Amino acid sequence: MGKFAKKKDGDLPAVSTASLPDIVFMLLFFFMTVTTMKDSSLLVENTLPNASEIKKLEKKDRVIYIYVGKPTQEYQKVFGTEPKIQLNDKFASVDEVGSFILAERAKKPQELQNVLTTAMKVDKNANMGLITDIKQQLRKVNALKVNYTTYEGDAFRNLQ
Amino acid sequence: MPRRKGAPEVNAGSMADIAFLLLIFFLVTTTIETDAGLDRMLPPIEPPEDNVIIKQKNIFTVNINKNGQLLVEDELMQLKDLRKAAMAFLENGADGSCNYCQGRKNAESSDNPDKAIISLKNDRETKYSTYITVQNELVGAYNDLRNREAQRLYGRDFTKMEAEYLNPETPSSIRDDLKDKVKRIQDMFPQKLSEAETTSN
Repeated sequence: MGKFAKKKDGDLPAVSTASLPDIVFMLLFFFMTVTTMKDSSLLVENTLPNASEIKKLEKKDRVIYIYVGKPTQEYQKVFGTEPKIQLNDKFASVDEVGSFILAERAKKPQELQNVLTTAMKVDKNANMGLITDIKQQLRKVNALKVNYTTYEGDAFRNLQ
Repeated sequence: MPRRKGAPEVNAGSMADIAFLLLIFFLVTTTIETDAGLDRMLPPIEPPEDNVIIKQKNIFTVNINKNGQLLVEDELMQLKDLRKAAMAFLENGADGSCNYCQGRKNAESSDNPDKAIISLKNDRETKYSTYITVQNELVGAYNDLRNREAQRLYGRDFTKMEAEYLNPETPSSIRDDLKDKVKRIQDMFPQKLSEAETTSN
């Protein structure tokens, strides 16, 4: 019966897409392993300054973060536009920094408690007055190792 | 009529779609964090027991005012000249005990790199970005000098050696070897950068 024409010889066979899920899963696992979830949402503006002589912060479990910057748009009505400190998920005053560091330090395993670094993520438009107060607090609780977290880049671009 | 074989096969054609959905979710919600910066040590709060008298010529004072202008050794200076000035101060070597220094041995400047101290003061209204730029230049001055010595002694940059030493993925055999080298270079130009309390006006 001539109802169905025979396939022409030149036709390419369809490409099998059976392995597509495997490829996508591979990508998925890659992204799952290399990325980290944001542990706290930012309440402050946080454009970091640039610096070129930077060192990488290895070992995330040894780092305590302090964010400084002026509150984001939605919080400006309540908290104003002066730079504020953010500890974990809420705004804090300078006096709370010391007890925060002590509390965070107590949460870490014993062997890490002496090698902790305080990473200061400070908006580039903040003033040094607040930073100095934080530094003073850090000195009081003997958290002397600090890291001014920055982006990698030419430091002179900060001045523009 | 009884079934021929066990359960019928589940169509897995939409698996790719589900995986894509998950993939896109992770792509959107996660950020690769920028965790690098300038490492600094704060001075301990209790003052040292014996008040060491430091000669004025061994202190390199850097003052930043609230407009971001620099006063270096009581003279106005542009930020871009700071690194050179700091390097010249650090490797001045007035007492001649530093045989690797290439400084001018000016009697008015620092005795040797071990005694040289950089003192950084800032105003409460100084902008953070300016402060970081100044810190960057001062750390850069140390790094440039250390790189030069590391190139001379070991044929590679100090900053690279230090990064490799601090990287936890480096095998411990290489780390042990690097430890002494890093320590030696650090001792040649010890980082003595004091951050005094800020002035209020």
